[in-house]
Amino acid sequence: MEPIRLIKSKTVVLPYSDIDTDQIIPARFLTTTTKAGLGQHAFSNWRYLADASTNPEFILNQDSARGCKILVAGNNFGCGSSREHAPWALLDFGFKAVISTEIADIFRSNSLKNGLLPVVIDKENHAWLMANPGTELTIDLQNSTLTLANGKAVSFKIEGFARYCLLNGVDELGFIMNQLDTIQQYEQARA
Amino acid sequence: MNTPKTLFEKVWERHEVVPETADTPAVLYIDLHLVHEVTSPQAFSLLREQGLKVRRTDRTLATMDHSTPTDPAEIAGRVPIKVKSAAEQIKQLEKNCAEFNVELLNLHSTQRGIVHVVGPELGATQPGKTIVCGDSHTATHGAFGALAFGIGTTEVGHVLATQCLLQRRPKTLAITVDGKLGKGVTAKDLILAIIGKIGVAGGTGQVIEYRGSAIEALSMDGRMTVCNMSIEAGARAGMIAPDETTFAYLKGRPKAPQGAQWDKAVQEWKQLCSDPGAKFDREVHINGNELVPMITYGTHPGMVMPINGQVPDHSGDSVFMKSLAYMGLQPNETLLGKPIQVVFIGSCTNARLSDLELAAQVMKGRKVAPGVRALVVPGSQQIKREAEALELDKIFTDAGAEWRESGCSMCIGMNGDTVASGHYAVSTSNRNFEGRQGAGARTLLASPATAAASAIRGCVADPREFINQ
Repeated sequence: MEPIRLIKSKTVVLPYSDIDTDQIIPARFLTTTTKAGLGQHAFSNWRYLADASTNPEFILNQDSARGCKILVAGNNFGCGSSREHAPWALLDFGFKAVISTEIADIFRSNSLKNGLLPVVIDKENHAWLMANPGTELTIDLQNSTLTLANGKAVSFKIEGFARYCLLNGVDELGFIMNQLDTIQQYEQARA
Repeated sequence: MNTPKTLFEKVWERHEVVPETADTPAVLYIDLHLVHEVTSPQAFSLLREQGLKVRRTDRTLATMDHSTPTDPAEIAGRVPIKVKSAAEQIKQLEKNCAEFNVELLNLHSTQRGIVHVVGPELGATQPGKTIVCGDSHTATHGAFGALAFGIGTTEVGHVLATQCLLQRRPKTLAITVDGKLGKGVTAKDLILAIIGKIGVAGGTGQVIEYRGSAIEALSMDGRMTVCNMSIEAGARAGMIAPDETTFAYLKGRPKAPQGAQWDKAVQEWKQLCSDPGAKFDREVHINGNELVPMITYGTHPGMVMPINGQVPDHSGDSVFMKSLAYMGLQPNETLLGKPIQVVFIGSCTNARLSDLELAAQVMKGRKVAPGVRALVVPGSQQIKREAEALELDKIFTDAGAEWRESGCSMCIGMNGDTVASGHYAVSTSNRNFEGRQGAGARTLLASPATAAASAIRGCVADPREFINQ
């Protein structure tokens, strides 16, 4: 995993709460056996019309969304299934961070393991971001802050170990593998 | 004196290989890893890339359920599997399990079924275990007093390689349901009412313990229904303390302890309850006497109301109105009498024998209304056989319903069992998200009794009209 330090981008706003993983990546795309190419199916039911043409009304199909790396969404983003295809699809689409007031547990865990930064902020600043799509943001992971174009800094919470892993590109599997002796002792003690 | 502990704390602490610190999460040992075809292929690829083995094949059990056909002709190979990519995914799981020496209940296994049905059915699910699966409905197994939760594919890889996960300790939420559930009110109605009360994010970061007389009175099937939908309240897991009902269910099952080991296990399992005075981070109380059959009207399980209620009016809320627009419903509308096109009785929430018995009780001697497609999909091949021994299949097919092979089927629609755009489906599954049962499908979540009653009437119907006790 590539280390993450700074993410600078305009935002794109999905003004809905409880966006579930079935919206992020519908189940019909889960028969894949790889991680590749899921970005083309991200938000498929909203991005495409019944005749498979692009829905011009949907924000991610508009010019203003092009190149945006930061997604701002309503409360409880990523609820529902454990499919890791959801962060895979968002990353493949080009997102590097998701901002909400609450992010569902499994989605958050899956995101951290793939280098998609889940950012949980307070309601007041979130409401401002929701009302001001396209604003320029800088997310500084080292200091756990996001900074608006006018210089206003907002802090966000992220679990310390997850931040350490993201900043240093540390793979959790390697960390657990380093404990294999302890794991073996635990197994022997219980046997 | 020892500090009183919750059920969750007892199970958690017994599985800490390395306790958490301010800087690092706990290394948590996993007793049972359930694997299925959808969330495992990339994890096996990781093992292959890194030259790793499955550390404990004896603690790993695979089945196939999401992508599998439910059409007997497809299962038997008389016709090709409809969804080509699904067929390939099934093959990939067979290949991975053979290569990594993992026990697999394959397409033709008499023990195959939905992962959260077969784990308990085989007795692999046991009190006090830590159980994970790359599936959010893993919470189901908490009905036995296990700590069971869904994980992503990267974590599937971690468990395959090390039998451990890095985890921060979640908070605890006690939900006490006192009283007695009334006529036609099931475990499904209970959990829908709970989600309606605490909200779809009400359990985020928490493990729920369900307790109280109404919970204790539930069968294991009912307890599994309740714990199954913990994730729909955002919770990490749901748990119920094991008791005589639990032990009676598990006794004699193939993977349960046998003989002297059984007696020893039961003695240990009896310790698995929250001590008097144990502190939860939060508590919620519900009066079971007041509960009625429930049905969802929106696009998440928290948008739920009594079967005879009216859709709430939040006209000023654009997200709420977007949801109602998708559902083709209006504020203040009554759902009773609303014509429907599909009924689905199945899924890891409600496809166990008692669910099918309840549906059959409603359908017996009656006919599915013209224009309604009713699909009954047992949770496992064993349940299918048990139901057939009771001739439930005959009740369903005589009524005009389809009787299928086991699998996730129309809950997630990956195998081609889908609801057409714009159609209403009364479904015993767990998610009414937009497009969940097919692009444009409109899902109304309810109990097997409500689903069966609605199939007969051809519209949303109150199950209490059909149930005598």
